[in-house]
Amino acid sequence: MKLFTCLILRPLRRDRARTALTILSVALGVAVVVAIELAGEAATGSFESSLTTLVGKVDYEITANGGVNETWAGTLAGLPIDARFSPVIEQPVRVSDHSATLFGIDVLSAPSSQTGASPLADIGQLGAAAVLSSEFAARMSLHKGDTFRIQGRTSAGDFKVVAIALRQGTPWIAVDIAAAQRLSGLYGKLDRIEVFLGPLQSAPQAQSLIRRTLPAAWQMETPAARSDENRRMVQAFRWNLRILSYISLLVGAFLIYNTIAVSVVRRRTEIGILRAVGTSSRTVLAMFLAEAAMLGIIGSLAGALLGRLLASAIIRMISDTVNALFVTSRPGDITLTPVAIAGAVLVGTAVAVGSALIPAREAARVAPAEAMRREARQQEVRLHATRDLIIATVLSLVAALLCQLPPWENRPIAGYAAALLLVIAAALLSPFFVSTLIRALRGTVKSLAGAAGLVASRSLVASLARTSIVVTALATAISMMVSVGIMVGSFRQTVEVWLDNQLRADLYIRARGQSTAGVFPPLGPQVPALLRELPEVRDLDVLHSTVFRYHGQQATLAAASTAVASREQALRFLDGPAAPILASLYNRDRAVVSEPFATRHHVHTGDMLQLPLGERTVALTVAGIYYDYSSDRGFVIADSSTMLKYVPDLPVTNIAIYLREGANATSVRRRMEDKLRDFSVLIFPHQLLRTQAIEVFDRTFAITWALEAVAILVAMLGAANSLLALVLDRRREIGLVRYLGAHTSQIYRMILTEAALIGLAASVLGIALGLALSLVLVFVINKQSFGWTIQFHPPLGLLGAAVALVWVVTVAAGLYPARYAAKLIPADAVHEE
Amino acid sequence: MSETSSAVSVRGVSRVYEGGVAALCDVTLCFPAGRVTALLGRSGCGKTTLLNMCGAMDFPTSGEVEISGQVTSGLDDTRLTNLRRTKIGFVFQFFQLLPALTALENVELPLLLAGVGNSEAIARERLAWVDLAEKASALPWQLSGGQMQRVAIARALAHNPAVLIADEPTGNLDTISGDHVLRLLRRAADESGAAVIIATHSAEAAAIADARVRMRDGRVESIEP
Repeated sequence: MKLFTCLILRPLRRDRARTALTILSVALGVAVVVAIELAGEAATGSFESSLTTLVGKVDYEITANGGVNETWAGTLAGLPIDARFSPVIEQPVRVSDHSATLFGIDVLSAPSSQTGASPLADIGQLGAAAVLSSEFAARMSLHKGDTFRIQGRTSAGDFKVVAIALRQGTPWIAVDIAAAQRLSGLYGKLDRIEVFLGPLQSAPQAQSLIRRTLPAAWQMETPAARSDENRRMVQAFRWNLRILSYISLLVGAFLIYNTIAVSVVRRRTEIGILRAVGTSSRTVLAMFLAEAAMLGIIGSLAGALLGRLLASAIIRMISDTVNALFVTSRPGDITLTPVAIAGAVLVGTAVAVGSALIPAREAARVAPAEAMRREARQQEVRLHATRDLIIATVLSLVAALLCQLPPWENRPIAGYAAALLLVIAAALLSPFFVSTLIRALRGTVKSLAGAAGLVASRSLVASLARTSIVVTALATAISMMVSVGIMVGSFRQTVEVWLDNQLRADLYIRARGQSTAGVFPPLGPQVPALLRELPEVRDLDVLHSTVFRYHGQQATLAAASTAVASREQALRFLDGPAAPILASLYNRDRAVVSEPFATRHHVHTGDMLQLPLGERTVALTVAGIYYDYSSDRGFVIADSSTMLKYVPDLPVTNIAIYLREGANATSVRRRMEDKLRDFSVLIFPHQLLRTQAIEVFDRTFAITWALEAVAILVAMLGAANSLLALVLDRRREIGLVRYLGAHTSQIYRMILTEAALIGLAASVLGIALGLALSLVLVFVINKQSFGWTIQFHPPLGLLGAAVALVWVVTVAAGLYPARYAAKLIPADAVHEE
Repeated sequence: MSETSSAVSVRGVSRVYEGGVAALCDVTLCFPAGRVTALLGRSGCGKTTLLNMCGAMDFPTSGEVEISGQVTSGLDDTRLTNLRRTKIGFVFQFFQLLPALTALENVELPLLLAGVGNSEAIARERLAWVDLAEKASALPWQLSGGQMQRVAIARALAHNPAVLIADEPTGNLDTISGDHVLRLLRRAADESGAAVIIATHSAEAAAIADARVRMRDGRVESIEP
């Protein structure tokens, strides 16, 4: 311990600025990981039905694509088991201009409401009674006894508030099931049947009996399984965020390596002497690992707390994205548990100790009484450069091979591994690259910066081991910025082109209310006919759609007028021209699927889809796969003539309106709004829809940019830290240069030139690595995670500006070390030995 | 020692460090151009402090130091830097070459710092003067101790300084290398007309000097001849 205090703690205390920078780097890296984990968990926190808290624990839910026939509740009730079967309607509705979820329940069959313990009991048998969630009541300023009007999909009705359910964070209204069916036009249909088992009823026996009774195409699962499925939908999104968050930690790892390496180099003489007086190599190893662990623990603790604060700042961003693109969820509370803190400390410390392993082992290998010259170490690095070059080439080839592998359990594990191998290859390549680049630039630097340039370029190559670590850390951060920039830029450009192609109608209509990833609230069935009455309307493309389940995963099932889609060229296919594909759908058991659906379910053109629809299974041939970027769940679209035959109740959800030439879209829109006043619809001109889609896109990736910024910040801290270390190590040389006639401005120039060269090397290496990583991101990770093809469109201007900014900030990071160097007293520095 | 053609004049100089330690007490000396002066005395007697005064790297608590007609105490950092660039050359016991620079670049460095145009040619000439032309591209760790000190002398003379300050220049060398270095210092005084000031314990170094100043406890004990 005393040894640790003398050799490790004292120098750390002496170099307070460097120690603080290292701890801050670890803290930021850990904070980002913690924040993403906490915010991700909270944003996707709860998929439980709001009713669960009121009706008690539901054991199973029975659902079917196209809805459950209500007679089944009675059929199931006749089974010889101790269970209650409660029919449920769950539909979006409007009250004035506010949306809410309408629950239709059968009060008699909901167990806890029977006891009177639940406010739902107050619904009673009255058709016009409603229970409101406290959130909705507060928002609408409604109180017990008030009357209000609910606008459902097909009709509206007045209801009296009979109770308000307390502590409910989401907007919902509960009414009697018959009233809910009337409002939604779902006569004889249910959204699900909830099963409550008696206390002595064996669950497996009940499940087996119910399963045997139900049509094979129906689903029966626990609510937990539904939550798990929803979680799976956001899994790819969370995985990618998680991986991105680890980049800052990776950059931090390089910096810990650097700190410990500096520590070893500077204490080489002491280590030699300690070994000579009998200290074991294991003690030396333990001492330096303990230094890393200490930095890791302090940094991680600070990081966990900082992460909690960051999580509050980003939960909204993540929650918006989850709701816009994946699945409706209610953000939960952010909770930093002692387990989470322990996990953060464990990860941070493990990364710190792991990064310190190589320099610590090097320290342990110092021969007794040997105070090796630094030159020997640099020579060693040079000697390994060729070997490392070969390993880097091999790793790059392995990465290329990994990119050919399919996803593993829907996760692009091989893609992540390929990305990691490329980063390691770049790290190995770094010493060779840095020395080659700086040697090539030496003449130019000398003529531009004179003596300062000469000393700077020579010193960086002389400290190659350290220089290349700093360059690698910075290059990793830059490469992530470049690769994610290219991916997002390409994706954005692809989506813009797709939107221009897709949005060919003049106006678009959908019902008000929350829409998520291809799932829209239903429109009134009369709406298309009302629109056709307007003389300016040339064509309508009416889309009927609903969520359905295919092989245990959600997707969107839709019926469209393929003749209109073909005429208006609204779809583009991977397989070729749209017209013959769409023409083949009319009145035949054929369908087209979106690219994400095809990728997710390994579906090809010509395959037969077995779709469980209602109480039977329908076989549809895949006529083509079309490009789509609106949902990663995927779509299956058949012509209305086919699909409505199998699912007659498929609700109208979206209408694209093509106007006659010369019609004024603005005035037509106004007339439509008047005509559809009772239907609570949203009418968008195509330009607005396009703008909103791009806004959602940009919001989605805002978090990505924030993560990139933190990684860059960590790397900057590392650059400042390392430059300071270089200055501290070269105090005598800097003092000597002052003896030889250097002005303080020349010392400044020298250190800033070093920073500029490090920034330049890191930028070039980072851009090269970033380009390679962007290919992995665009063509492997993204394709396997979400299933869409992204056209490669690097945003060169933006990236150029970003890299230039990083370079300028790196140079600025050299200001403090430069100031420190310029303030050194030459006589002290030269004679301090 | 006459003050008429002095490159460096030290007049009544005292230097007291923080904590009250007096390194120099009322020292008055002249270092004429073209002459070699040896500063002799035990470690801690004030030789290095006096050398730093003569090199404009340290400044008197009282008294004044004049180098090539300029009193150092009143000069700002820019003027002091210019003075060191143009008038002063340093040789150290431990050579103090920049390890990352080649022999040629080490010699060229002060010329580059001063913005001299044909710096490389001058540096090559100085290297040839110390018989190390063939080692121009060698890095310091590839040279012997004697060779490193000769490169240091070439560097100190690169800009034709008026004063050449050498702190124990043979203290870390074997006899043969030490003799070689001393001959070069003698030649520097004779050929370039620089005032060469050597702080040394070595009798050989003292032997090549034109004058020997013995110091004790920060004071001048004797001057020979």
